[in-house]
Amino acid sequence: MRPRIPVGSPLQILLLACSFALAGYAGVRLFADDWLGVALWFVGAAVLHDLVLLPLYAGLDRALVRAAGRRREWISYVRVPAALSALLLLVWFPLISGRVAGRYALATGLSADGFAARWLLLTAALFGGSALLFVVRVRRATKDRPPAAH
Amino acid sequence: MVHGPLPGVARAYGRGMARTPFSPAFWRSPLRGPRLTSLLGVVLLGGITVLFLTGLLSYAAYNPDLSPVNDKTPDKGILGFYLFSWPTDPHWLYRLNQGVHVTLGITLIPVLLAKLWSVVPKLFTLPPARSLAHALERVSLLLLVGGALFEFVTGVLNVQLDYVFPGSFYPLHFYGAWVFFAAFVAHAALKTPAALRNLRQLREEKDELVSPEPAEATVSRRGALGLVGGGSLLLLATTAGQNFDGPLRRTALLAPHGGAEPGTGPGAFQINKTAAYAGIDAAETGDQVWRLVVVGRTGTVRLGRADLLRLPLHSAALPIACVEGWSTSDQWWRGVRLRDLAALVGYDDPPDVLVESLQRRGAFRRAALRANQVADPRSLLALFVNGEELTPDHGHPARVIVPAAPGVLNTKWVAHMTFGDL
Repeated sequence: MRPRIPVGSPLQILLLACSFALAGYAGVRLFADDWLGVALWFVGAAVLHDLVLLPLYAGLDRALVRAAGRRREWISYVRVPAALSALLLLVWFPLISGRVAGRYALATGLSADGFAARWLLLTAALFGGSALLFVVRVRRATKDRPPAAH
Repeated sequence: MVHGPLPGVARAYGRGMARTPFSPAFWRSPLRGPRLTSLLGVVLLGGITVLFLTGLLSYAAYNPDLSPVNDKTPDKGILGFYLFSWPTDPHWLYRLNQGVHVTLGITLIPVLLAKLWSVVPKLFTLPPARSLAHALERVSLLLLVGGALFEFVTGVLNVQLDYVFPGSFYPLHFYGAWVFFAAFVAHAALKTPAALRNLRQLREEKDELVSPEPAEATVSRRGALGLVGGGSLLLLATTAGQNFDGPLRRTALLAPHGGAEPGTGPGAFQINKTAAYAGIDAAETGDQVWRLVVVGRTGTVRLGRADLLRLPLHSAALPIACVEGWSTSDQWWRGVRLRDLAALVGYDDPPDVLVESLQRRGAFRRAALRANQVADPRSLLALFVNGEELTPDHGHPARVIVPAAPGVLNTKWVAHMTFGDL
C-alpha cells in the first residue's frame, strides 16, 4: 500500500535528523533546570513575535497608510522616524522604562535617569529631521514647478 | 511597510471569500518575494555565523574546563569539545571578541525582524505539511525562529541587567545557542543555494512569498531595505561607543555603559559591580585588618598591604572587558606580579591559581586562572590604577588584572589565593 503522506527528499530528512539530534543533545541541558520556564520562553518568543508584535506593527502601519489617504508621499516621513524610534524602544526597553534602574545604578555606579530622556530626544531628532527633509523637498518641488501649474 | 490587515479587519475587506492569514491573498505587501528574503537571509548567514563563533570564543575565554568555579555549564559534555587554554595575547583579544559579539548582535536585530516579516506568510501555509520532509522542516523552523529570538532576547536583557529569564544567563545562552545553531545550519544548508540563485537572477521568480493580489506600493523595496539598514546603523552608532573611553563613549546614547564615566579622577572608568553591590564592608578592607592569604607548596603566607608594597612592583596597561559587550581603554595598573606571588609559596614555575574575593554575592566571587595567565609578566595583583590607589569600586585593596581575560576573572577585593595545579 502506498503511504498517504509522501516522504519527500531523503537527503533533507537525513540533514534534519542530524540537526534534531544536536538540538536534542543541547536541548536536554537547556531544559534541565526549569523546563517549563525555558519552554515558555522559547516557544513564547516565537508566538509573541509572530502573533502579537508583527500584527501590531503591521496594523499600525496600515492605519497610517489609511490615515494618509491620497497624500501618500507623506507616509515615509512619519513611518521612518516612528519605526526607528520604536526599534530603539524595543531594544532598550529595560533601561528606558526604568524597570532595572535600582539594580543598574547600584551595580554600575552610573545614573539610571538619562535613558528615557535620551530616547525622547532621539525620537524628537528623528521626527524633526524627517519634518525638515519634508519641508525642503516640498519647497523644492514647488519652486521647480512652472507658474502655469499653480 | 505594507502588510495584510488584522484578522478582524479581514472580513470587511473580503471580496466574496473570507480572508484569513491562511489564504495567500491575505498577504498583500508588494515588497515580499524571494529576492528580499534571500538578501536578508544572506546577511544573517554571515552575521549569525560571526555571532556564533565569537560566542564560542567567549565561552572558551572563561576556561570552564580549568575549574568548577569557572564552569557555569558543568554538564556541557561534547559541546565543550573545542576548548583550549585561553591566551593572554593580544591583550585586547577578549575586548575585541566581546565588543563584536554584542555590538553585532544588537546591529542585526532589524535584519532579523525584517527577515521574519518577509517570511511570515509561510507560517500559515496550507496544507501544514506536503511531505514527511516538509513536516520535519517546519518543526525545525520552530527551533530556528524560537532559538533566534531566545538568543537575541536573553542577550539583550542580560546586557541591561534585566535578569527575568528563567535561570542563569550562562547555561541559557550557551545551550540555547547550540539548539539554535543546530536548526540554523540545517536551514542554511537547505536554503543558501536557492538564496544565492535568487540574488543572481535578473528577474524575480514567482513563489509563495509573492502576493497574488499586491496592494499599491507605498515604498519601494530599496526604500524598505534602506529602513532596515538605517535601523541597523542607528543601533550600531548608539552602541559601539561603549567600548571606548572619552568622547566616543558619549556617542553610545542608549547602551548600558555609554554616556559619562562614573565619578572623577584616576578611578573614573567603567565599573561592572560596585563595592556596595558586591556587599563589601569597608571594615574588612582597611590596612589594619586586611590580609592577603597566599597558599602554595611551601605553606601559607599572610601579607598586609605594607608587605605587598615591599615586593617588586610592576606596571601593565590593560583594559577591562565585560561579557556584556562594553570595555574600557587600557588603564595603567601597578602591583605585584602573580608569578612573584607564586614564587613566594614555592612555585618557580607558575601553576594555576584559585582566587577568592571578599565579596558576598556574585557568580564569580571565586575564579580560577590557568598557568599561562599566571606566568604572563603583565598579570598583576594590582594595588594602584592610573597612578593612584585603587578605589573601593575597582577592588581596593587589591585586584587581579590579567591580559585578555573576561572582566569577571579579574577578581576584585582579593582575600585568598591558592596556587597549585587545579
